[in-house]
Amino acid sequence: MLAQFLQFLFSGVTVGATYALAALGFTLIYNASNVINFAQGEFIMLGGMLAVFFTAAGLPLPVALALAILVPAVVGVLVEKLAIEPVKGAETVTLIIITIGASLVIRGLIQVWLGKGTFSLPAFSGDEPIQILGATLLPQSLWVLGVTAIVVVALWYFFNRTLTGKAMLATSFNRTAAELVGINTSWVLFMSFAMSAALGALGGILVTPITLTSYDVGIMLGLKGFVAAVVGGLGNGLGAVLGGLLVGVLEAMGAGYISSAYKDAIPFVLILFILFFMPRGLFGGKSTDRV
Amino acid sequence: MSMLEVKDLSIHFGGVKAVQNVTFNIDSGIVYSVIGPNGAGKTTLFNLITGVYKPTTGEIKLDGEAIHGKSPNELARRGVARTFQNLQICMNMSAIENVMVGAHLRLDRNLFKAALRFPTLRKRDAELREEAAELMRFVGLEKYIETRADAMSYGALKRLEISRALAMKPRLIFLDEPAAGLNPKETIEVDHLVRKIADSGVTVVLVEHDMKMVMNLSDRILVLDYGKKLAEGTGEEVRKNPDVIAAYLGAHA
Amino acid sequence: MKTTTKGILIVALILAIVPFVSPNSYYTDLAIRMAINAVIVLGLNLLIGFAGQISLGHAGFLGIGAYASAVLPTHFGWHPLLAMGAGALATGILAALVARPIFKLKGHYLAMATLGLGIIINIALRNEAQWTGGPDGMPVPAMGLFGFELSSDKQWYWVVAALLVISVWASLNLIDSPFGRALRALHGSEVASQVVGVDVARYKVIVFVMSAMFASLMGSVTAHYIGFVSPNFADFFHSIELVTMVVVGGMASVFGSLVGAVLLTALPQALATFEGWETVVFGAILMGFMIFLPKGIVPTLAAKFGKGE
Repeated sequence: MLAQFLQFLFSGVTVGATYALAALGFTLIYNASNVINFAQGEFIMLGGMLAVFFTAAGLPLPVALALAILVPAVVGVLVEKLAIEPVKGAETVTLIIITIGASLVIRGLIQVWLGKGTFSLPAFSGDEPIQILGATLLPQSLWVLGVTAIVVVALWYFFNRTLTGKAMLATSFNRTAAELVGINTSWVLFMSFAMSAALGALGGILVTPITLTSYDVGIMLGLKGFVAAVVGGLGNGLGAVLGGLLVGVLEAMGAGYISSAYKDAIPFVLILFILFFMPRGLFGGKSTDRV
Repeated sequence: MSMLEVKDLSIHFGGVKAVQNVTFNIDSGIVYSVIGPNGAGKTTLFNLITGVYKPTTGEIKLDGEAIHGKSPNELARRGVARTFQNLQICMNMSAIENVMVGAHLRLDRNLFKAALRFPTLRKRDAELREEAAELMRFVGLEKYIETRADAMSYGALKRLEISRALAMKPRLIFLDEPAAGLNPKETIEVDHLVRKIADSGVTVVLVEHDMKMVMNLSDRILVLDYGKKLAEGTGEEVRKNPDVIAAYLGAHA
Repeated sequence: MKTTTKGILIVALILAIVPFVSPNSYYTDLAIRMAINAVIVLGLNLLIGFAGQISLGHAGFLGIGAYASAVLPTHFGWHPLLAMGAGALATGILAALVARPIFKLKGHYLAMATLGLGIIINIALRNEAQWTGGPDGMPVPAMGLFGFELSSDKQWYWVVAALLVISVWASLNLIDSPFGRALRALHGSEVASQVVGVDVARYKVIVFVMSAMFASLMGSVTAHYIGFVSPNFADFFHSIELVTMVVVGGMASVFGSLVGAVLLTALPQALATFEGWETVVFGAILMGFMIFLPKGIVPTLAAKFGKGE
């Protein structure tokens, strides 16, 4: 009983950490620009697929992984420069459609380039499972959780203790005021896209040895990341992390105890439920429109 | 009995008390102005009375019926109309359609009759178009009847909002800075327009910074400062009130 | 004559000519698919273009209609028309249940909720294999109308063409009515519509339910016409295709909906030789139109030649 529960918990937390990274990506961009980047999931896919490609090309693992984070970050910046900047201040519907367009282009290009196959990445430190109270934990899960924890702490430090981070935070609270005190808000937008793409890619790389990857995993991962961001109260960084873990755990529990066929439906049932009863998310605040 | 009774009205945004314990009554058929420095809570007061915001505490009664907490569309049913300080025009529609939307509640809004082009509905719509054109002439927009809203000047849009509000056939109309951003000639025109509206029997509540216009038009004036009621009375009474001179006129002199 | 009346006549004329100039059944089939998509897009455009809301799960509603027409007659012996009605009714109820709480929120949440709903519907269709045939899909019985069985492409063409003309007429009537004005007004300014008495949340729900039911009905029509349904009817990419049609033809344009449906139904056929590039092309079209031609083809042309719709 306990062993089974732990097993579901481990796999839930592991995949939840990936959702958390994606959710942080959504949060960063949303705070900087009020845009929901529906292409976020494609960065997760890019991270995994590029890591596979670069390692297969014979690059040493650390270099391959660095490139697999860097390239998506550049793609993120390109999306921002080419697709988001030109329509500044457009309607929400317009922005949603544009980012969906971007996600289709990214996914389609990868499909044409690397094919429709499913790929794997060797685990970073072996496949020898660790036994805990009858449940098994993969060493890769520790990598996922450890790196996610480090990233969360680093982001916290960045936004609370560095001038750059504070400038980004200030912009998210009040763009005009930030501009008045001399913050380059277009640079903030640039940074947000680069960082959120890199976060997504990192999640995609970390989880690939466990879940495998293919050109079309981005949409589902991205959507679940978005669910996590909304569960955490859109725009709330800590909420995004907790939301990610919660979505991951509920999904694993649902798949284990209820129905594995409906595993992918669980986050969406959760989100519909939350939107019905707690429209600001579990950790969101109140807001009032000015007229 | 007064038409509108506001008692101990307050709203807090987080720690900010934008309106605090404001009490006043408005009699039917008068022009009632709300003045005060920027940030005094005038627009917030409008938003509270017209249902855009829900008050934290206090009550608002229209003809003796409690209306606080009711949504704007429910208030519209009770004959309350308003315009906005920051224009709220539907830029995706023509000028006259904006006015016609104002008559929403007076029309048959049935979906199926509309889709099947029921003659009664079409006939009523054609009549409404005439009525809306007439209203646009009333506010001085005869040149713009078939113009797209996004092709109109700021001053014209200000009046378009007024004609849309009038299309509701309201009993009570809230005008939020109708002369803001207008040149002196346009301001005088709006001054005359407000007078015409009041003369047609509609009770007018006005927020305006142009003191000449306020003094000229108002039967009674409410002065707000930092969300609190500073004074209330006729133009003469308010002008002589030492608190008002100190807090408001004094600061601007 | 009014521009809109002319428009309807031109559409009717084109529809009347097509079967006589169509060289073979391939083109008749394409024309039928275009017309079916056009009706769906008309409904979706009311939601996206006119009311300014979004649905990323419309294919899910289409799927409910299609599978109602497949499952109910096959497993329960229902009459196809009854099944079609039941599908639309179920879709309407589902859409209303989801929309009511969500329309009080802003755009992103709606996008998310509709997307999630579409995905759940798709997953259910794939998994309930004992009813739906699972990922392989299932055959659909023929549609009978008053003892007369619809079978040939020609018959289907006239049925679908008639549906399209009626839909265009009804849509044009609708947007030029108090109901339609309220829809467009809440797109222009929610708060302004509210203070003149428009119950904004209610109108959003109505237009959402209406467009969902449109999609469901046309899903049933598609299912009977093709004689087969599969979960691909209800997948995410299909939802995006429908949104693309709205965007390309022109948001808030009735005739734009037709142009968008025609062009993007033809596109995959034209791209068939570039296996794999469809996704890239669809994505590029979506982005390109939103950035460079945000009004879409028909409204841009109409503005250029100085004619309103």
